[in-house]
Amino acid sequence: MDAANPLATTAAPARVSRVRSGRRIADRALILASTIATLVGIVVLGSILFMLVVEGIQGFSPTLFTAPTPGPGSEGGGIANAILGSLVMTLLAILVATPVGVMAGTFLAEYGRNSKVADVIRFLNDILLSAPSILIGLFVYTLMVRPMGSYSGWAGAVALAIIATPVIVRTTEDMLRLVPSTLREAGAALGAPPSIVIKSITWRGASAGIVTGIILALARIAGETAPLLFTALNNNSWFAPNLMGGVPNLPVMIYQFALSPYANWQQLAWAGALLITVTILALSIVARFVIKTERSR
Amino acid sequence: MAALTDQIALTRDRASARKTPGGLGDSLFRAASYGAAFLVLLVLAGILASIAYGAWPAFQQFGFGFITSTVWNIGQEQYGGLVAIVGTLASAVLALLIGVPLSLGIAIYLTQLCPGWARKPVSMTIELLASVPSIIYGMWGLFVFAPLFARFVQVPVSNLVEGMPIVGTLFYARVPSGVGILTAGIILAIMIVPFVASITRDMLDQIPTVLRESAYGIGCTTWEVVRHVLVPQASVSIIGAIMLGLGRALGETMAVTFVIGNANRLSGSVFDPGSTIASRIANEFNEADGLQLNSLMALGCILFVITFFVLIIARLLTRRAKVA
Repeated sequence: MDAANPLATTAAPARVSRVRSGRRIADRALILASTIATLVGIVVLGSILFMLVVEGIQGFSPTLFTAPTPGPGSEGGGIANAILGSLVMTLLAILVATPVGVMAGTFLAEYGRNSKVADVIRFLNDILLSAPSILIGLFVYTLMVRPMGSYSGWAGAVALAIIATPVIVRTTEDMLRLVPSTLREAGAALGAPPSIVIKSITWRGASAGIVTGIILALARIAGETAPLLFTALNNNSWFAPNLMGGVPNLPVMIYQFALSPYANWQQLAWAGALLITVTILALSIVARFVIKTERSR
Repeated sequence: MAALTDQIALTRDRASARKTPGGLGDSLFRAASYGAAFLVLLVLAGILASIAYGAWPAFQQFGFGFITSTVWNIGQEQYGGLVAIVGTLASAVLALLIGVPLSLGIAIYLTQLCPGWARKPVSMTIELLASVPSIIYGMWGLFVFAPLFARFVQVPVSNLVEGMPIVGTLFYARVPSGVGILTAGIILAIMIVPFVASITRDMLDQIPTVLRESAYGIGCTTWEVVRHVLVPQASVSIIGAIMLGLGRALGETMAVTFVIGNANRLSGSVFDPGSTIASRIANEFNEADGLQLNSLMALGCILFVITFFVLIIARLLTRRAKVA
């Protein structure tokens, strides 16, 4: 074992024969079990990606990005309407979530700091961060779909914004707290009011981290299905420009098409699944890269 | 002389004017910041209020019986949530039973055994599991995992235990299709692994190296260091991380909907199909109206209460863990 990992500084020293066999067996069992656990994690991710590539790559063709989803039983088709619908709703959601999230994060890190109010809001934000997304769907259904009498892209965007906001709040606060307070004091000493100090010193110092939070939020909502089921639903044609009625989107399209009996629908679902997963994994990797360079600065 | 005092007075005036610089813009900014923070509070309250409002007619109609009844009959307008509640709890507990050892193993591997060059890539791979959308887990579970599970686990195990007391009920698949409560539990286990593993890893990393080195120094094996030094130090945070995972598993919707089988049946076997609160809502909500819609809202309300308490305990225990 030691020969296999010469770089590990904390591995157990070479075992001597005086170690009782019971102790040695327990030790070997732990090493074996934790290595297997790690392999399971890696194999699952590999298997998911392999499945997506094998099943999805055949579905990639120019029509995938130009044609709308086909009706039941009709041939061919693409997922252009679902891609556009997803893009519109995700961007709308981020446009709402970014100012709210950044301002709330600023409150927690700058104005509220260690006050009781900030503690409560921080705590509830953490709860909202992990709240089941289907419940957010139910909330927006009651809030918007029912009163408006129709599913809409607006409702979908609001549901996604509610999921994105706590992510942005959390990362913004964490990143602002990394900015040394001497910088703020220097700004205040020059006579700058708090809002100017925050805008031109702390935000600027933490900008890469805040952007990371926004990218993470984007990655989180891009694949969310449950909150869209009762808000944006889906639709097999182009959506109305005012976003009323069902707005097609990738996640719900994948859900409905993957479980459908039509071969071309299933093929489109796989292609959509590959597209969305690759996009999200790329976003997460970019976010991690940005956050690392920020922390090491 | 007079000119000098005047000048001093003037400077004083300017200084006092400078004490509250910024003026309107500054207070607007401050107000926006407070407002955004309270919006978070408002949204959470709104979620609870709207679901409770929608659920009220169902609770009024069925009372406490809603929780204890197994009937879900759309034709006769009789609704009870027991099957979905049991399914939710059972799949989440199975997810913990499988996911927690896996996560601890991964965290121990990453902090104790992994060679230095492999640490970052392996960590990143495990964390990327958290980014995969739940619907993709559902497709993987249904199309890749379930057939393998049916063939290599359900069929042999069913044949083995058939006729035995207790085990014969618990592990007998009437229809070995691969989907069921246990399949949902396994998929959920994989989904919570990245969260529990990365928090546990961070907690283990925070333990001073001196503690570990002194344990090795008196001749402890890796197992003894983990069991008697690391785990006692990090146990509270690890339990918090596990509760966080439980919160995720309870509310997970799409992956479960694909693999649980969506049956309203209370069965003694973990191989049988069932349903969870989230999967029931996802399946029926769009076609529901009247009392059925209220009953689905009532299920949502129960889910909200359960996850809320689990998450509160989790956050109290982990305090400031990493962003998921």
